[in-house]
Amino acid sequence: MSELQKRQIQLEVLRYNPETDTAPRYQTYSVPCLDEWVVLDALNYVKDHLDPTLSYRWSCHMAVCGSCGMMVNGEPKLACKAFIHEYADQIKVEPMANFPIERDLVTSVEDFITKLASVKPYLIPKEDKPISAGEFKQTPAELKKFKQYTLCINCMLCYAACPQYGLVPEFLGPAAISMAHRYNQDSRDGGRDQRQEVVASNEGVWECSFVGACSEVCPKHVDPAGALQQVKVASTIDWYKEHLMPWVTK
Amino acid sequence: MEIIKTDVAIVGAGGAGLRAAIALAEADPKLRIALISKVYPMRSHTCAAEGGAAGVIKSDDSLALHFNDTVGGGDWLSDQDAVEYFINEAPKELTQLEHWGCPWSREPDGSVAVRPFGGMKIKRTWFAADKSGFHILHTLFQTSLKYPSIQRFDEYYATDLLVEDGRCQGLTALEIRNGEMKQFQAGAVIIAAGGGGKMFPFTTNGNIKTGDGMALAYRAGTPLKDMEFVQYHPTGLPNNGILLTEGCRGEGGILLNKDGRRYLQDYGMGPETPVGQPVLKTMELGPRDRLSQAFWGEQQKGNTVTTPWGDCVLLDMRHLGEKKIDERLPLVRDLCISYLGKDPVKEPIPIRPVVHYMMGGIHTDLQAATRLPGLFAAGECACVSINGANRLGSNSLTELLVFGRRAALSAMAHLQSNQTPSSDAALAAKAKASQNRIQALFDKSDGTETIAGLRQEMMDTMEANVGIYRTGEGLAAACEKISELRQRYANIALTDKTHVYNTDLMQALELGSMLDCAEAVTVGARDRKESRGAHQRLDFTARDDENLLKHSLAHYHPTEPPRIEYLDVVITKSQPGVRDYSGAKK
Amino acid sequence: MSGKPYIREISKTTWFLSQPRYKRYMAREVTCIFIFAYTFLLIVALARLAQGPEAFQEFLNALRSPLGVLFNVAVLIATVYHSMSWFNVTPQAMPIQRGEEFVPGKIIVGAHYGAWAVVSLIILILGV
Repeated sequence: MSELQKRQIQLEVLRYNPETDTAPRYQTYSVPCLDEWVVLDALNYVKDHLDPTLSYRWSCHMAVCGSCGMMVNGEPKLACKAFIHEYADQIKVEPMANFPIERDLVTSVEDFITKLASVKPYLIPKEDKPISAGEFKQTPAELKKFKQYTLCINCMLCYAACPQYGLVPEFLGPAAISMAHRYNQDSRDGGRDQRQEVVASNEGVWECSFVGACSEVCPKHVDPAGALQQVKVASTIDWYKEHLMPWVTK
Repeated sequence: MEIIKTDVAIVGAGGAGLRAAIALAEADPKLRIALISKVYPMRSHTCAAEGGAAGVIKSDDSLALHFNDTVGGGDWLSDQDAVEYFINEAPKELTQLEHWGCPWSREPDGSVAVRPFGGMKIKRTWFAADKSGFHILHTLFQTSLKYPSIQRFDEYYATDLLVEDGRCQGLTALEIRNGEMKQFQAGAVIIAAGGGGKMFPFTTNGNIKTGDGMALAYRAGTPLKDMEFVQYHPTGLPNNGILLTEGCRGEGGILLNKDGRRYLQDYGMGPETPVGQPVLKTMELGPRDRLSQAFWGEQQKGNTVTTPWGDCVLLDMRHLGEKKIDERLPLVRDLCISYLGKDPVKEPIPIRPVVHYMMGGIHTDLQAATRLPGLFAAGECACVSINGANRLGSNSLTELLVFGRRAALSAMAHLQSNQTPSSDAALAAKAKASQNRIQALFDKSDGTETIAGLRQEMMDTMEANVGIYRTGEGLAAACEKISELRQRYANIALTDKTHVYNTDLMQALELGSMLDCAEAVTVGARDRKESRGAHQRLDFTARDDENLLKHSLAHYHPTEPPRIEYLDVVITKSQPGVRDYSGAKK
Repeated sequence: MSGKPYIREISKTTWFLSQPRYKRYMAREVTCIFIFAYTFLLIVALARLAQGPEAFQEFLNALRSPLGVLFNVAVLIATVYHSMSWFNVTPQAMPIQRGEEFVPGKIIVGAHYGAWAVVSLIILILGV
């Protein structure tokens, strides 16, 4: 095997410290990178060797903890899965779009967590069953029906990509609604009616205009856009049933 | 300083912390629960566990078999009463998780599926494809959102426990968002803050795994147990240490040396089993310590493959086929392609052993109670001990659940003993002392040491001397070096003197935790003059049951190396024997 | 010391220029104006028809004028683009699970194109 390729990268980072800055500013670091590195490795190099004051979140370095979402050349990315070899020698790194900047590449998470909690993202069982009676049965097909939506790592890249969230911050957003859909689709769950109040509201799924950017940037291929359209279809059917065929639901 | 009064404070919001919080909330909705973590719960490193969680559920399995596998796998250093409790609770906890919505993989009839894992006599690992830890963590986190009594303090870094009148009565924590110190007054504290694998340079552990919880308890005077036992996972990606689950081998992947030989047969784990038909407790399904040691052996013999990232062996999964790999090991495939540019469907993957898990941790008893009244611990940061000298794959996710809940029940019982809290003034004085310590670190301007520099020296020391095989000489050097680094740590100065998300300060505190833990590891390893499980000495190659069938307890000293005390292992049913992973003897 | 998070303002009028995928989205949305225009044209046709054969003939003549042809061609292109952009996302909005597996997206999209072709053919035959 050949030696690892080395490259000098100009890393242009949007920085903001609320104690010393009135507005964000760019700072460029010249970083000796290995070609197999990810942008996160370059940031770690900066932190360890060039500038210990640079702040960002990271942990797993394997695209599963969802900490290191940021804009890389304007595109929402996990820094741990943005490969240096896919970029030219100048890379621009900014905090995730659509979120308030707390400091440097650190953005606020609270809005997302509040929205996630509001959709009751937990199993509301159809039937009570004691632990001693064993597991609920669920066939591989029933599992597959919702499995994709369980893969969300809450990295919030979909919110950074969603122009609707940027324009209407009240929008419940892709990941939260997808998680509601995940439980709605689970054969063990009976909580859809409880979730609909929030999910099918104006700030819920009807704020989505199906730009589809969320699914394009999702690092786990969850396809939130698909989930949202499915929620819309199901909610529309609900409406027709309720208003045109009230005898069906009664 | 703001005071937050709570009934139970939990430090760490990964698998164990969340499980404890839910258990408390369910037991008594009126309890005030503070769930404190330096990261948002879903960032906790539980999410990186891949393979699965062990629990007896199938009719061909038995609790006795799980017991034997665990105790033998741990090289008889496990406390057998704890193992007994663990295996009994395991199926209930995994079923509970199923009832909370965990997307476990299924059999065609809809029952939960199990897969084979290393060192297990029967298939008993519940799995959710190869993202089991991720799904467990998110199921717990999302379930925790049901309970209004669980008040989360996300991105708070716990700095010190408040110990007064001989009891743990709370802690101080730094709100990372603004740099403010908070005092948590609590009737009981549970530490569930994970391991400290980041003291090593090549590890599957995330950036947050810096031993903060262990150090928190250790500095408060309660000992760390069996810290010298550090598990190397045999299959990590060679360039960055990313974990490839044991499930790769459970599903039938094989290990090859540079000549294409399945070398494990040369290390007492043979005879060779047919490719694609794995035999339990044999060859690739041997335990992690043995497999990692076999790699070292191949390296010594010059049988490894040379790669730009050092010596490797090959993990070959091609015969599993694309469909099975995509169904059972989708993350593994994605990780190999993304981070190494190699597709396991098409080519063997170079791998090498990588630091993965710390068997040791805060010494607790069967009730998850530490020696400090009011303080409990669970998960990787704790040492009950069920894992002994070598943890079996898929026991740790179950451990989070079983002992997370156990710690909650014990904390409840402690609250019910109705002990009067110490005066606010007394606790405030302790909190103030903690604040002063952090403030001094923050204000210091004449330091000559850098965080990154000391961290690198620590990692290099651990890598060079505290690896798969250790020597007395190397360990003595490591002890000396870590001791020196702890002294030099007093001489670091922060570059960042601001308050909002000061990750420079966080790294300094984390480095302090790692150095404290690293010293417990090195001194424990130096003084354990035998080879057992994951602790292998080239100068003491045999297991010494006569003198060292004992747990080591490291007691903290602020400036000196720890004092090591020994404690008998609890043996109930299984006398120490030979660990047999050879199919030939069947 | 409390943080004061910095909020980056988003232009309400030019936000979609910032990314190619937003432009594609806008193209999809804007093309519906043409469909609206054509629907309006059909209503005009009905109105002219109601006014008698002469009025309708005038209307048809107007359609055959260069401007009328240009309008029709523009509507056709826009409609095709609009329809295709929606066809291509139907597998996301309406997944179909058969047994364990989901029907591949290509088949769902293909079925839409197929139905489109059949309906167009029928109309063409009826029209001729």
